Amino acid sequence: MFNRDRWKEILEVLTKNWFRTVLTAFGVFWGILILIILLAAGKGLENGIRSDFDNIATNTMFIWTRSTTKAYDGLPKDRDFNFKIRDVSLLRENFPQLRFISPRNQLGGFQGTNNVVRGIRTGAYNVYGDYPEFIEQEPMMITRGRFVNHNDIEEKRKVAVIGQGVVRELYDPGETILGSYIKIQGVNFVVVGTYRKSSNDGNGEESQKQIFVPFTAFSQAFNRADNVGWMAITAKDETSITSMKEDIVSFLKGQHRVHPEDQRAIGYFDLFEQFNRVESLFGAMRFIAYFVGILVLLSGIIGVSNIMLIVVKERTKEIGIRRALGEDPWSIRKQILLESIFLTLISGMAGISVGALFIYGINAILDMNGPVDMFANPSVNLGVIMIALTILIISGLFAGFIPAQSAIRVKPIDALRTE
Amino acid sequence: MIEIKDLHKSYQMGSNSLHVLKGIDFNVEAGELVAIMGSSGSGKSTLLNILGMLDVADSGEYLLDGLPIKNLNETKAANYRNKFLGFIFQSFNLINYKTALENVALPLYYQGVGRKERQEKALKYLEQVGLKEWSHHLPSELSGGQKQRVAVARAMAAEPKVLLADELTGALDSTTSYEIMDLIQKINDLGNTILVVTHEDDIAHMCKRIVHLKDGVIVEDKKIEQVRASQYVQ
Ligand SMILES: Nc1ncnc2c1ncn2[C@@H]1O[C@H](COP(=O)(O)OP(=O)(O)OP(=O)(O)O)[C@@H](O)[C@H]1O
Ligand SMILES: [Mg+2]
Repeated sequence: MFNRDRWKEILEVLTKNWFRTVLTAFGVFWGILILIILLAAGKGLENGIRSDFDNIATNTMFIWTRSTTKAYDGLPKDRDFNFKIRDVSLLRENFPQLRFISPRNQLGGFQGTNNVVRGIRTGAYNVYGDYPEFIEQEPMMITRGRFVNHNDIEEKRKVAVIGQGVVRELYDPGETILGSYIKIQGVNFVVVGTYRKSSNDGNGEESQKQIFVPFTAFSQAFNRADNVGWMAITAKDETSITSMKEDIVSFLKGQHRVHPEDQRAIGYFDLFEQFNRVESLFGAMRFIAYFVGILVLLSGIIGVSNIMLIVVKERTKEIGIRRALGEDPWSIRKQILLESIFLTLISGMAGISVGALFIYGINAILDMNGPVDMFANPSVNLGVIMIALTILIISGLFAGFIPAQSAIRVKPIDALRTE
Repeated sequence: MIEIKDLHKSYQMGSNSLHVLKGIDFNVEAGELVAIMGSSGSGKSTLLNILGMLDVADSGEYLLDGLPIKNLNETKAANYRNKFLGFIFQSFNLINYKTALENVALPLYYQGVGRKERQEKALKYLEQVGLKEWSHHLPSELSGGQKQRVAVARAMAAEPKVLLADELTGALDSTTSYEIMDLIQKINDLGNTILVVTHEDDIAHMCKRIVHLKDGVIVEDKKIEQVRASQYVQ
């Protein structure tokens, strides 16, 4: 199959009519190029969105309380209630599949009134009471000092970890930050650390303007007693939080004497489910890329098949001569199939190369102009190229099949008689 | 070498059927040089094509060197053609994008002969027909006579048992025709069996036996005194 004469002949036949060969090759070239670019674009979008979820523990839900809508167990409806710090240990006992349970409290907020003072400067920031585990659930880079630790919790130390954005607004460049004091709603906290979050999501600025203090110190300083604002709950990798959330909610309903059918009393957000939804979106994008790409490719293949049919027709006499000289029909079939595969493969590889070049160019532009929202590093991996090549070989085979059949269907005597 | 008995062939054309060969009985010994003659449409080419396994008879027997030729599939037929038969056509039928040498080497290629041996053999046969210097020319660069010589060399290359030539001088002027016939006679002198279809008397008389076809049957079959073509060739 790979002997020199065969290849010589394939090249002779394909180069005999350059213009036509190139035109035919273009169809396949175009199809594979579109497939590659669509896949790369999908991958770019995927990379962009994924980096928003970057390092975040995605197997996580957030859960909070609202007022009840049903009377239950001797208690009236429209009752306000709070999660208690005790709920955390109860959850931990009853749900060993959980990895982290972080109770949280919050103060202030976006566009709220100024709640933090340092000397003559003031600012409005989100202030959170947190446990040390929280940094595992929502990773941030500690740029100076440290995050909240267990001793802080035990001793209710009034320490704070502040974001880069806060530093920028409350400090002069070069000023010593660690050890300095900030006043949060009139209470002094000493800064023990600064952080920076990887910012790819829309509110990147805002996420750098947060202040984390120990949960216990927060409760004490701002009179939250044993109340918990909300909880961030992460399950261990083996169990999805989505499958557990119903049980967790009804357990908490039991603890707080909430009617089991009360849908509003406890609110939650399932990050994992959301994440999976995005995952299936990626799947759909890949599907569309393959679908469109393969359809375009198919029209290219049909072009190849068509041209091969014409070539075979033109060569009817030659094929007749060769059969008279004793060439085996199988050898003729093989020749036509190889020509077709070769043509498809060459044009496909040209498409892949140009596609790769294009992707390289896009990446270079992205690198030059800095990150773009929801789009990063478009690429196709080797696996996809392998799939593309396989598709090409199979399509070449299909494209050549009908022409190859028609080449040997004619009786040799009839083939010889054609002019 | 060739034995045929009661060979029939008709062509179907729509509802009409044209009975072309109506019972041919015919034997050829090894080393014979036979001319098949007859008016146009008498079935000469049809007979030769059947002998060449390019076409099949409707009924009758055909033995080639003792081998029954019947119900061959295309692969087998191709194989037999390659091993046993050499064709020379009126219109040369060279492959136009291959050089003279490559054309002559083709039957050997189909036999699976290695590249080097193939080229050596092909060159040897080209030399025999006097075209060694033209081996790397394309058919389009050759004259009609030269093309037919290449075709003769090609038919010889696989060392077949029988050479079949249909109007091999039909497209050539008389001088060139004699040159080709001279070649054919020399090949025949070496012991090769050759069948030549022609409607030119002078060509027929350069053979050793003339078979006359008329309306699908053999009407005359006689051995003749061979006229050597060499006397007309300088
Ligand atoms: N494929 C075919 N289909 C139908 N009829 C055919 C076919 N081939 C030949 N014939 C007919 O069969 C008859 C014999 O044809 P053939 O070619 O054998 O004649 P021939 O003796 O070689 O004539 P010529 O000297 O003109 O070459 C002719 O009448 C021709 O029209
Ligand atoms: Mg004829």
